[in-house]
Amino acid sequence: MRGLAGPAMRGGMPWEEGAGQLHHVPPGGEVPASVAALEVAAVSHFYGRSQALDSVSFTLAPATFTVLLGLNGAGKTTLFSLISHLYDTRAGSIRVFGHDIARASSEALRRLGIVFQARTLDLDLSVRQNLVYHASLHGMSSREARERIAAMLEAVGMSDRLNDKARSLSGGQMRRIEIARALLHRPQLILLDEATVGLDVKSRADILANIRNMVARSGISVLWATHLIDEVSEGDHVLVLHKGRLVADGMVSELVRETGAGAIGEAFARLTGLDAPSETGARP
Amino acid sequence: MSTGWNAASAPDTATVPALPRNLGLRQYLICLRGICVREGLRFIHQRERFVSSLVRPLMWLFIFAAGFRQVLGVSIIPPYRTYVLYEVYITPGLCGMILLFGGMQSSLSMVYDREMGNMRTLLVSPFPRWFLLVSKLLAGVTVSVLQVYVFLAIAWFWGVKAPPLGYLMVLPALFLSGMMLCALGLLLSSLIKQLENFSGIMNFVIFPMYFASPALYPLWRIQEASPLLYKICLLNPFTYAVELIRFAFYGQVEWLSLGIVAGLTALFLGAAILAYSPTRGLVNRKQDTGGNG
Repeated sequence: MRGLAGPAMRGGMPWEEGAGQLHHVPPGGEVPASVAALEVAAVSHFYGRSQALDSVSFTLAPATFTVLLGLNGAGKTTLFSLISHLYDTRAGSIRVFGHDIARASSEALRRLGIVFQARTLDLDLSVRQNLVYHASLHGMSSREARERIAAMLEAVGMSDRLNDKARSLSGGQMRRIEIARALLHRPQLILLDEATVGLDVKSRADILANIRNMVARSGISVLWATHLIDEVSEGDHVLVLHKGRLVADGMVSELVRETGAGAIGEAFARLTGLDAPSETGARP
Repeated sequence: MSTGWNAASAPDTATVPALPRNLGLRQYLICLRGICVREGLRFIHQRERFVSSLVRPLMWLFIFAAGFRQVLGVSIIPPYRTYVLYEVYITPGLCGMILLFGGMQSSLSMVYDREMGNMRTLLVSPFPRWFLLVSKLLAGVTVSVLQVYVFLAIAWFWGVKAPPLGYLMVLPALFLSGMMLCALGLLLSSLIKQLENFSGIMNFVIFPMYFASPALYPLWRIQEASPLLYKICLLNPFTYAVELIRFAFYGQVEWLSLGIVAGLTALFLGAAILAYSPTRGLVNRKQDTGGNG
């Protein structure tokens, strides 16, 4: 039981013996099967004097779907920026499959696929050109890129849009292309930052269901950041981030029980002091 | 049209081979090529950018030079061995102008990429950040140098010709000057917070650099007119880029210009890499996160 986040919980890996030890894997080294997909240990971050993250610690098991739940401004995007090495980790440490993002960023980033909250496709380029560009940023040969692009577009049901300009796609289609792009270099951990923002209900459900399906089938780990309670399912591992602090870390049932709430929506409302949980799609 | 996802085609980490364990020279070259191709494609898709990049120097060549040919006399100064037409004199400066605008355009595209989020896809690549920025720089310079050669081809038909070998000899000078100006653009892009601020670059960087240089008139003329302005010209990096290009057209190396341009390229590039480093990064600003969480 991870339960509500507290000093005793930080750094623990409940799915293995000897939880609490952070594994270190040298650059280029083989990753032991027991290594966590993501280890965030005592990470803090400041913008000037304003603290965005306050000693955040958690671990993700391989091949799991984890929801990072937090209101707007909770620090989710800052945390993603630190995990993806856009920002330097000045306090604490982050390891992706044992590779320290600060010291072995190349090894860590190779294992990471990211879907940013803002649209990041080049609208002037075609779908294929966007994906080829991404493949080259990961050093993939033309042949390999061609094969992977075909496979990934097939996976997200967008094969027929290969030569269309990104500008001509709908919001949901762009997201699917961005997910295909994030998976193109065969990452082992995918970060999705508010991936369903701005999409209609059907597209949201479609993307979420298929990402879950992908986790179940391929063994990829997923960290899904959202502020929408209805994107959380009963069997999910949930991290609740509030005002830069991790206020809960556990399975949905554990969080509900710990907070004495009737459902995850109510638990989230209690953890974050929300008066009106329905604003986030919460089901009290 | 297919609309549904196909879970059966989802990536299977158990069966697909992993990427090469180390990023070797081949992967680096693939990455460089990818960045260059993307820059080229963006340029091709923005036809108005291509046209305007040519119209600007051509207007100077066809209209300005024709008008001023009779007004401005150019004495015999190195590297010229005879009197030359004013059109011939300003051609190296116009090449520099294309590189200058190209460098600033690349700065604009960096700011645009940062605002649109495309920059993040570049910066989360597993390649070292210095390599990504240098690749971006090389891509921008390559596009600018191609524009220069298109301009030179049109100028050739207009009767403005350099020695045939000069077109080859000038290539390294164009490339190095382009590197310096693009590196400056890269550095400026790290300082510009919003796309709207780019007009400030036009007023405070491009025009002063262009006019306070020997691009349009020889430095000795400026010295006669205003000793202060002459000193300002000597402090202007663009002055040395223009002279490097001018001498290279005639198969000569202007060593002072070469040293200054090479030195400033290293300085601007180093500063830009530092500015985009996640450790010291000017990119480490809240407005760049692109999220609200």
